[in-house]
Amino acid sequence: MQSFKHLPPPEMYCHSSFFLRGEDGSRNQARFRYLGELDQTASAFHPDDAIDLSPNSMFSLKSGNVAVLSNNFNYDPALNTSIGSAEIATTGTGCLDTGQYMHPKGTTIVSSLGNGHSIENWGHSGMADNGQQTDTSTDVDTDDRNQLHGVQHGPVVVVDSRPKTGDQKTLRRLAQNREAARKSRLRKKAYVQQLETSRLRLAQLEQELQRAQQQGVFVATGFSGDHGSGNGVVVFDMEYAHWLEEHQRLISDLRAAVSSHMGDNELHLHVDGVMAHYDEIFRLKSIGTKADVFHMLSGMWKTPAERCFMWLGGFRSSELLKILGNHLEPLTDQQIMGICNLQQSSQQAEDALSQGMEALQQSLVDTLSSTSLGFAGSGNVADYMGQMAIAMGKLATLENFLHQADLLRQQTLQQMRRILTTRQAARALLVFGDYASRLRALSSLWLARPRD
Amino acid sequence: MYQTESSWGSYMPPRNVGDPLERIERLASENAVVIFSISTCCMCHAIKRLFCGMGVHPTVHELDEDPRGKEMEKALMRLLGSSSAVPVVFIGGKLVGAMDRVMASHINGTLVPLLKEAGALWL
Repeated sequence: MQSFKHLPPPEMYCHSSFFLRGEDGSRNQARFRYLGELDQTASAFHPDDAIDLSPNSMFSLKSGNVAVLSNNFNYDPALNTSIGSAEIATTGTGCLDTGQYMHPKGTTIVSSLGNGHSIENWGHSGMADNGQQTDTSTDVDTDDRNQLHGVQHGPVVVVDSRPKTGDQKTLRRLAQNREAARKSRLRKKAYVQQLETSRLRLAQLEQELQRAQQQGVFVATGFSGDHGSGNGVVVFDMEYAHWLEEHQRLISDLRAAVSSHMGDNELHLHVDGVMAHYDEIFRLKSIGTKADVFHMLSGMWKTPAERCFMWLGGFRSSELLKILGNHLEPLTDQQIMGICNLQQSSQQAEDALSQGMEALQQSLVDTLSSTSLGFAGSGNVADYMGQMAIAMGKLATLENFLHQADLLRQQTLQQMRRILTTRQAARALLVFGDYASRLRALSSLWLARPRD
Repeated sequence: MYQTESSWGSYMPPRNVGDPLERIERLASENAVVIFSISTCCMCHAIKRLFCGMGVHPTVHELDEDPRGKEMEKALMRLLGSSSAVPVVFIGGKLVGAMDRVMASHINGTLVPLLKEAGALWL
């Protein structure tokens, strides 16, 4: 192919709307050739002189057709004056196919894509001929065949033949082209309209969802069977699942590290990794508690067996230390004392929090069972509202209890880490990890047990 | 308006004039373990149970039963930088903190020595 200055890549021509029915790529080549010749020989043609048919102009073509068109138009500068913007504008959006640009001099002209012949024809049709004649100067005349030839290569724009050369075939082609372009425009319009309505619908749905969440309506996601604040529950459950996966991976890495008898310096890193990962779950639980304290308390995010032995939304620190039992031997006297003290203080803290929870429950019962119960409404609305407000305040302290329980768990783990050596801590973490995974396995087995 | 003599048990006779924070500090230094509380607060109940479980007998000031309780509550909130004033624990006249700090110091083993030092615990 010759070097065309303003010619778009050939593939742009492959857009279906470019083609009259039945065209194929080979004819594009021919078209290019013509243009190339046009380019080369038309000294009077300067790109700058070409009509600006880019989308920015009056010519509001939206499809890729535009670029192609604008790049390709080597209009006779004189055409610029004749094809006034007004005329172009009257075609509306879409392709340049409807009709008929009235040339001041009375002849109809078309803006044909790469239709060198047409241009030449125009040039010849009474306008100032700036010498854009090409080798195919025979086209200068109003030869039917050449017109036809030009039309075949002129995809988007319909070449409206001059009345003089009205040819049946040509007319039919023109009509078909018009029709195709029109249909294309209609399709595009319909598509855009569809997009618009979909966008509106989406915005509506998002708004509804947000409103529903704020009202605490259960959003059916399949993750939680509880009526929670929808999003917060889903988010936590998902994050917990990811955390668990990562946890299991870290534990098996730690196990490999321990059995490989690696040095403390490296083992220390693995241990720290698991500890840091525990910090992560406490962070996630803190967020989850603020989102939905009842979901966290319910333990629905744990397996059934874990849930059964759960305390205030998680594991019992004192229990975990009892499980450690003999697995850590040999321990120094100081370590033994440290672990004993830790077990005792965590037990005491757990008891204190449990008693606080009992007090909370009792006070809630007291509030809800105040004297106005059982009586007909009259004048007790204020009482009712007051009691409800008090009850709400008490419920809010649930979050605080859950938070303290998690803090207790976290601090127990950290203190244990301080008391033990790296190797002992590694073993302890493995013990905890295995215990928890056995509980989870038990849950699965139980759920899958054969029943008769 | 108030008597200088009072039979309010662990309460000092309230004074009309005085910075609430000063009053808090004064009350805190009067006993080995001093807890500022509100009678209906469940977390306060928990912290009381914690000390009792350790064999400590703290002095408790229920702010909702103190005529100057409200301003003391506000002063405590400012002191702690928290939206909840109670429970707050002082040991040996020094501020230990709210439930989280008390529990943390118990777990990391610093609470018992502190109690022994203040004379609230004997071996």
